[in-house]
Amino acid sequence: MSNATVDQVAVLGAGMHPWGKWGRNFVTYGVAAAQAALEDAGIDWKDVGFVAGADTMRNGYPGYVSGATFAQALGWTGIPVTSTYGACASGAMALDAARQRILSGMCDVALVVGADTTPKGFLKPNVGGREDDPDWLRFKLLGASNPTYFALYARRRMELYGATQDDFAAVKVKNSRHGLGNPYARYRKEVTAEDVSASPLVASPLRLLDICATSDGGAAMVLTSMEYARKHLGDKSPVRISAISTVTPTFPNTIIEMPEFATDSAAGIPAPDLKFKQAIGHAAYAQAGIGPDDVDVAEVYDLSTALELDWYEDLGFCGPGEAEKLIRDGVTTLDGRLPVNPSGGLACFGEAVPAQAIAQVCELTWQLRGEAEGRQAKDPKVGITANQGLFGHGSSVILTR
Amino acid sequence: MFTQTSEPDQDQTIAGPIMSGESTTNTRRRLPAVEGWFTVPEAGSDQSPALIGTLCRSSGTYFFPPERVMSRAPGHSDSDLVDVELSTRGKIWSYTDAQYQPPPPYVPVSDPHVPFAIAAVELEKEKMVVMGQVVPEVAVADLRVGMEMELVIDTLNVETDEETGEEVEMVIWKWKPVEGGSAS
Repeated sequence: MSNATVDQVAVLGAGMHPWGKWGRNFVTYGVAAAQAALEDAGIDWKDVGFVAGADTMRNGYPGYVSGATFAQALGWTGIPVTSTYGACASGAMALDAARQRILSGMCDVALVVGADTTPKGFLKPNVGGREDDPDWLRFKLLGASNPTYFALYARRRMELYGATQDDFAAVKVKNSRHGLGNPYARYRKEVTAEDVSASPLVASPLRLLDICATSDGGAAMVLTSMEYARKHLGDKSPVRISAISTVTPTFPNTIIEMPEFATDSAAGIPAPDLKFKQAIGHAAYAQAGIGPDDVDVAEVYDLSTALELDWYEDLGFCGPGEAEKLIRDGVTTLDGRLPVNPSGGLACFGEAVPAQAIAQVCELTWQLRGEAEGRQAKDPKVGITANQGLFGHGSSVILTR
Repeated sequence: MFTQTSEPDQDQTIAGPIMSGESTTNTRRRLPAVEGWFTVPEAGSDQSPALIGTLCRSSGTYFFPPERVMSRAPGHSDSDLVDVELSTRGKIWSYTDAQYQPPPPYVPVSDPHVPFAIAAVELEKEKMVVMGQVVPEVAVADLRVGMEMELVIDTLNVETDEETGEEVEMVIWKWKPVEGGSAS
């Protein structure tokens, strides 16, 4: 990795609380995941030097100060905390905060935790009239929910590249098979293309089974300096974080995105060479000093089935308009050349916003260790995650071993 | 909630309260559902409604919704921002519909919910894409990427003035296929 622009940190522990609709306090999921990650690392909570929490917007004040909430629940030890929020990228931002602490030499061991308890149905804005909040106004003035935006992208693929609803269904079928053996997945049931086409339309052309649910869940990781890992593990080599990208869009952003009413205008300043989603992956590749050809396994944000196809192209796995061929040819299935979403993805998990980006990295940790029982890709050495959320947030993490 | 009770101002064409035209039997007062985002021509006027954007003079960049504090074009923070009417026609970039009733603050207009289409329309001059509901008589089956659309003002929902009990029609911009318009 001689071309890398950022030093690596070690992943010593990964832990999750199973996804579901458990209806319990989010703190219980976060604590369970944290304890699992600490146990996996063989590190005592008292030896952790920093806690980064990924916030939840739907669980009151404790959710806005998640770092402290988890630290208190685990037992105050006097260490510094931070709490991050960046929509779907919240977990990656928390990982990045931990990485910065370690790389700056301010601590050797950091714990990262994200957990959520979600209400039923569409994700919706917080209550109260807020005439200056675009996330409130888009529901009020357009009736535009999150699937509205997913559907605009899906329809665009159909019109531009000849994608079909069958191609979208193939993503769901693949991911449902991948998730069958994952003990952390909420939905562990094989789904057929017929099941997808028989499910009700939500936002044309997307059907209910094309769109991910919202879930409860928790994920946590223990990160350490490479030096600490060497002392702790001896001859064993840890999985390493080689990149965390949390870039924002570059003006003018010409793709319509949640929760906006319009794109930026490219009338005065030309659009950047890379679209936002491309830039997210590009920044990660640059940090790690690798390219798409080096990737062996990926966890990408399939908020909708069609969005997984967009990611194939935006992460450089294929050219524009070629994603349908990848899914049709089985390239991205578990036994294909480049398995995507071996965990089952959001199709099998449903989204637990602040935990999801961490869960993606947990899965790749297990994949790179060869510990992903029942869903193990063949000997992967490099893995990449990607996600995008509203208000200009997105992230990509690269793991290597 | 809506509280404005002032009388219609005949001179005000930009996002001001106006009366429904005599051509309909509906005499409810009409109010823009959001202030300052679009024009509402007077009843009987031959003017077309338009979205109100702002133009950053030094970069030539448009903003919608209108950006009135500071230009968001990097390096142009001290540029003048002027209100402009955006192009009233554009071509569909993509489209979808709401088969399920959106959650609040969306206000249901019928019970049960009737699906409505939503289009993202590309404005050539402004080089930007603007979303809007599609007029209710048009469904996704009638739409295609590249289809020419025009801006119209239509009912978003009907609200009751809490003080007077009067029913008020809240209006919003919507996209409507141009009759005989280009489909590519």
